[in-house]
Amino acid sequence: MNARPRLVETDHSATAHVAFRSVSHTYPARAGHPPVHALGPLDFNLNRGEFLSVVGPSGCGKTTLLEVLAGLVKPEGGTIEIDGRAMTGDVPDGVGVVFQEDASFPWLTVADNVAFGLRRAGLPAKEIAGRVDYALDFMGLNQFRTAYPSQLSGGMRQRVCIARTLVTRPSLILLDEPFGALDQQTRLLMGEELLKLWRETGATVMLITHSLDEAAMLADRVAVMSARPGRFIDIIETRWPRERDSSLASQPEFGVLTSRLWSLLREESRKAMESSGARSSGATAR
Amino acid sequence: MSRVRLIQTLLIGGSVALLEILCRAGVIDHFTMIPPSDMLLSLIRIARTESWFWPDVLYTLRNLAVAIVIAVAGGFLIGLGVHAVPRLRRCLDPLFSSYYSVPTFVLYPLLIVIFGIGPASLIVMGALFGVVAMIVATLTALDRIPRALIKTARIMRLDALRGVLMVRLPAAAPHLFTGLKLAVAYCVIGVIAGEFILATAGIGRRLSFSYNNFDNQTMYGVLLLILVFAATLNALLNIWEKRLHQRWYR
Repeated sequence: MNARPRLVETDHSATAHVAFRSVSHTYPARAGHPPVHALGPLDFNLNRGEFLSVVGPSGCGKTTLLEVLAGLVKPEGGTIEIDGRAMTGDVPDGVGVVFQEDASFPWLTVADNVAFGLRRAGLPAKEIAGRVDYALDFMGLNQFRTAYPSQLSGGMRQRVCIARTLVTRPSLILLDEPFGALDQQTRLLMGEELLKLWRETGATVMLITHSLDEAAMLADRVAVMSARPGRFIDIIETRWPRERDSSLASQPEFGVLTSRLWSLLREESRKAMESSGARSSGATAR
Repeated sequence: MSRVRLIQTLLIGGSVALLEILCRAGVIDHFTMIPPSDMLLSLIRIARTESWFWPDVLYTLRNLAVAIVIAVAGGFLIGLGVHAVPRLRRCLDPLFSSYYSVPTFVLYPLLIVIFGIGPASLIVMGALFGVVAMIVATLTALDRIPRALIKTARIMRLDALRGVLMVRLPAAAPHLFTGLKLAVAYCVIGVIAGEFILATAGIGRRLSFSYNNFDNQTMYGVLLLILVFAATLNALLNIWEKRLHQRWYR
């Protein structure tokens, strides 16, 4: 296999879309709970147009990482630069986020869900209609445009959420275990659609997942996080071609890659499991 | 008609028929209860001939409407405020949960001292009785807004007001509606019971007046009216609630 592990260091040669500089976060103490050092310090660059997967044991700060980058949580230490400008603590321009939980609005039809963000942005009706049509077509939702989310399956609802993000034409798409609640077959197909979307939009994608297969299949680079406080222990380049799909899984390199990821993660997952007591951990490899 | 509906209808119809037979046969004497069919005839008669009927009905409806608006709007706003201050909420939670174990009507004499015999006392009585149901429902509703929806609102950069109006409120609507339904039911009880205890007008006061004067015909006519009114109101709200829940959680 030709994917070689590299030391985690800031890569100045590639064009950085996002630069993390000593970013760390500690959740303050709450009633009966000590403060939790969840993340970092992290130093790394997210390159423009790349697809980065982040894997790590459960509770290692993956979601904190995403929320910090999305502007939902203000990091306690360090700075994040997007296009060379330091984040101010608000939700940055051009960021789209898809969450694990169903975040579709149950009181709106599929089409209205998808159009929601655009209407807020005050785009002309014609422009909105065009973009919504495109997104619905792209995600295979056209025949459900007048349906309500409660009439759709979990996978379809997640498509609605992806379409709703897609229409805003984000340059940075953050996904927090978006397929975590779906069955394996649906996951694979959704993964392929995600790849299609990534190729089509040219956006930078950061995917948080607990599935090593998913991480290995989709990404250009896979970042492996340590148990809490989450740091990157390694970032592995997959060197897949840009045109790729789930048939990668049958190649020998794929097996080498996932077993390498697992050997990196195994010890960390054990640590995470022990520190969280007897609670069973969902961070094992699939 | 579903099987359950059929059994329900038979149960109610059977009970009414049984009462009718027992009254007509003299098992229940006429001075205790009049047959259900006579209750209906009596209600039709008083609605058509008695000059007090419509003014009393309107008096009660008006007071009830004001009480509902105060209980629902007030309960919602108080719930919103309490939810925003977790410490305050921890203080008040035991009070809210034990509120309905207190016979609120013991306060009615006090209300009459403060507000006099008139609409104000009745409205306050009804609103007091209904408001806590709305507060508790509002707290529950706000607790249950999915975190992903709140985060989505922030990602879409809705300001605080829009976030509330366009995401939090619609997301909370089904639970809020449950509160509305309860508050309405409690307000009906509060206002009519208040009238029954002491009032100058209103349908509840007409009930106690005819009761005290051994006017069985009028009393049972008015009683039927109150039952039908409360049941209809509840049924309409139930249908509405069901539709809402269907859309949200089907």
